[in-house]
Amino acid sequence: MSNKVIDVSNLTKMFGNFTAVDHITFDVEEGEIFGFLGANGAGKTTAMQMLCGISMPTAGEGTVAGYDIIKENELIKRNIGYMSQKFSLYEDLKVWENIRLFGGIYGLSDKVIAEKTDALLKQLNFQQERNTLVKYLPLGWKQKLAFSVAIFHEPEIVFLDEPTGGVDPAMRRQFWEMIYDAADRGITVFVTTHYMDEAEYCNRVSIMVDGHIDALDSPAALRKQFNADTMDEVFRQLARKAERD
Amino acid sequence: MIKVKDLYKSYGKSGKIKALNGVSFKVDDGEIFGVIGPDGAGKTSLFRILASLILPDSGSALMNGHDVVQDYRRIRQIIGYMPGRFSLYQDLSVEENLTFFATLFNTTIEENYHLIKDIYQQIEPFKDRRAGALSGGMKQKLALSCALIHKPEILILDEPTTGVDPVSRKEFWDMLARLKEQGLIILVSTAYMDEASRCDRIALIKDGEFIATDTPQGIINDYSDILWSVEGSRMSAMLKELRTHDMVMSSFAFGDKIHITVDAGFRRNELEQYLTNKDFRDVNIAPIEPTVEDCFMALTR
Amino acid sequence: MRFSGNSLVKQKGIKMKQFIAFVRKEFRHIIRDNRTLLIIIGMPIVEILLFGFAINMEVQNITVAFYDPKPDAFTIGIAERIKQNSYFNYQGNMQSMEKMEEAMRKGKLDLAVVFQQNFQEELVQSGKAAVQLLSNSSDPNRGSITATYATAIIAGYQQEQMDLIKIPFQIQTENRMIYNPQMKSSYMFVPGIMGLVLMIICTIMTSVSIVREKERGTMEVLLASPLKQGTMIFAKTVPYMVISFIDFIIILLLSYFVLGVPVNGSLILLFLVAIIYITLTLTYGLTVSTLVDKQVNAVIFSAITAMIPVLMLSGMIFPIDNMPGVLQTLSFIVPARWFIEAVRKVMIQGQGFFMIWKEVLIMIGMIFFLLLVTVANTKKRLE
Repeated sequence: MSNKVIDVSNLTKMFGNFTAVDHITFDVEEGEIFGFLGANGAGKTTAMQMLCGISMPTAGEGTVAGYDIIKENELIKRNIGYMSQKFSLYEDLKVWENIRLFGGIYGLSDKVIAEKTDALLKQLNFQQERNTLVKYLPLGWKQKLAFSVAIFHEPEIVFLDEPTGGVDPAMRRQFWEMIYDAADRGITVFVTTHYMDEAEYCNRVSIMVDGHIDALDSPAALRKQFNADTMDEVFRQLARKAERD
Repeated sequence: MIKVKDLYKSYGKSGKIKALNGVSFKVDDGEIFGVIGPDGAGKTSLFRILASLILPDSGSALMNGHDVVQDYRRIRQIIGYMPGRFSLYQDLSVEENLTFFATLFNTTIEENYHLIKDIYQQIEPFKDRRAGALSGGMKQKLALSCALIHKPEILILDEPTTGVDPVSRKEFWDMLARLKEQGLIILVSTAYMDEASRCDRIALIKDGEFIATDTPQGIINDYSDILWSVEGSRMSAMLKELRTHDMVMSSFAFGDKIHITVDAGFRRNELEQYLTNKDFRDVNIAPIEPTVEDCFMALTR
Repeated sequence: MRFSGNSLVKQKGIKMKQFIAFVRKEFRHIIRDNRTLLIIIGMPIVEILLFGFAINMEVQNITVAFYDPKPDAFTIGIAERIKQNSYFNYQGNMQSMEKMEEAMRKGKLDLAVVFQQNFQEELVQSGKAAVQLLSNSSDPNRGSITATYATAIIAGYQQEQMDLIKIPFQIQTENRMIYNPQMKSSYMFVPGIMGLVLMIICTIMTSVSIVREKERGTMEVLLASPLKQGTMIFAKTVPYMVISFIDFIIILLLSYFVLGVPVNGSLILLFLVAIIYITLTLTYGLTVSTLVDKQVNAVIFSAITAMIPVLMLSGMIFPIDNMPGVLQTLSFIVPARWFIEAVRKVMIQGQGFFMIWKEVLIMIGMIFFLLLVTVANTKKRLE
């Protein structure tokens, strides 16, 4: 049996008469970097909320990190990491306080937190910033730290919601190198982005249009399938079909 | 015409955080001028100063001859300003929002309909819908309509495309291109480097300073390194491998390729052979024209 | 000069149009927010009924003593009725008025029942005799209920005796509230609720509605338009002025028809006092909005500086005369104190303008002071 970290079928979410997510079926392998693309309003956020166990599907079934998304959503939350562009760290806490807080939330012991904090700060070359308030860090640093904190408890999978929006080009690439390192360690990465060059860095990419997944394959295969030079073009061909506003 | 000279701005106790560190530039009539750089580089501070919303610590800025500090009342009549986040009334309908802003500027939707027709027509079918219930792309069109309804001479758009998907972004830039034909000065900021080509001239901003100001092509022409693209199998491993190579000065992932700058002794065949020996397959190395993003990285390195 | 006379007139026209558009927008915000609407309409109704019925609860264990210079069948009969009533707790017969006053001053008595000399003789001969009920009204609510209970018992006794002896006569009860001489009635909470509700609507709602524009970023767009700050601020206050006036009328109607509180003085004068107070609380709301940047802070700031003083220091619940000196002094700067006093004088005591000019003048003074603070703090830019 191959190791599927996400395995969902016919996942659906309705808000009244509006079908935000419409019978999506897909799986993600362990250690894979999975790009989750789609236009604004295509249903990405809602789908991600269901996978993270914070929104109950209207229909469909599946597992995330081996736990049932309907019955075991509390266990899911404990075994995933999450980071978004909008909220990642507490701005008014110091760097080490943030690490401690999130380590504590995931139930790590003080000793483990202390050891891992040192290792993490060293790895990021952040030792001098240990006592800096997060709000004084440049955005790119903040996002790198936030990512490290999101995988601090070694989750099976980490969800990244537009992690690199507004980050400068060099930092954006360093960030992706961190994603690669995490994937090499066996952490599955589920990421959304509006940068189409970043779609190329994923092992596989899905593109959502109007609540369903219209394309799912490796970037190279998608380019071939849509006879396009870039992922940007693939995306445009698909998103043009969207009917809902 | 916009003339900005030596703008400085800092925040916090005793100016601890420097937002603008001596910015000067000029924008001609009918130009789209892009300020491009990452978040926190000072784009919002610059635009707020130009919109007369905050005061610079020093320096001056003239917008069509009006000083942003002294003539702020006049400035507020001639500019259309769209802040970074959606800043309309979510509980008012599309039409109510537009009517309200038209009245603030002593005009009506009918009087200036021709200015916004192109954009507004796309959201007019939803004119009774509350702004809060619009999708991202439609909100943006409404915000642009509201900023345009009084026939401004200068349009100031602070990161209008942040968080917007590539298709809506392209549509938005198409709208700006058509607006430009009406003779407006359009000042726009973005963190997306690929949007540079849609501007007549751009300024690359980093840490409160303009590190380059030119046409997009001019900036690319000034790129002094020799740039090659490398592709093949196992890209992330290849990236690490390239970093260890003597001839390679820098290497960065760029979509499905890796962009490398090399020193003068570089031979394409040599590197191709080297990578093939390291078990990378389908290795293909080709010279490549730099993008604005390459330039930005070279300038900030 | 850029503007000719003609365009100056035009400028005025713009302001008016902007003003009307802004007021219309504000009303839309209010009407579309069900929760705000519920607070605005529901709050005065709930509060007046709450205070009118729930707080005006039963009073028990009323300590009572009698002064009966010459006991007879009638006075003993009345005293027995009161003693037997379960609400009352009999403390004894006093030998003199001096003793009685001392006991009351020490707070040992809630009620003193003082019979007229020669009660029976007077009653038989003239068909009239008097009982004085002195109630301790340092707690005005308890004081007035105490008096009402005792009056009811005496009236019951009178009815019984008339049925027995078939001669018409009348026992006159004279109620006197002591230790709170201005209090002629327990209805003092009605002016208090007016003071509270208007403060909440005007101060909290106005400050929140302005600060909301800062928080949501719409202020940035307004600032970047030709709209003058003064026009905006004035337009912001109009809807709340209308709403608070409607609330004022709701309270007035409810207290008149449901609670039976009389309006003894001039209605026009009452409205005048209300308008001045509404203006004052609105101005305070504007002042608050210039001091804070977040809606939460606006609510907390308004609650601490406006609502709590109304409850504690305005005389609404605790009579000012009974407060320690420091708090009495502090109550001078509480706007509601002057409003409540003025309303009480006009509405309950039926007094005219010449009795309230001081309160009116103080409130007008406060308006000007707060306006100055507001103007000094109003920014034409973001920072």
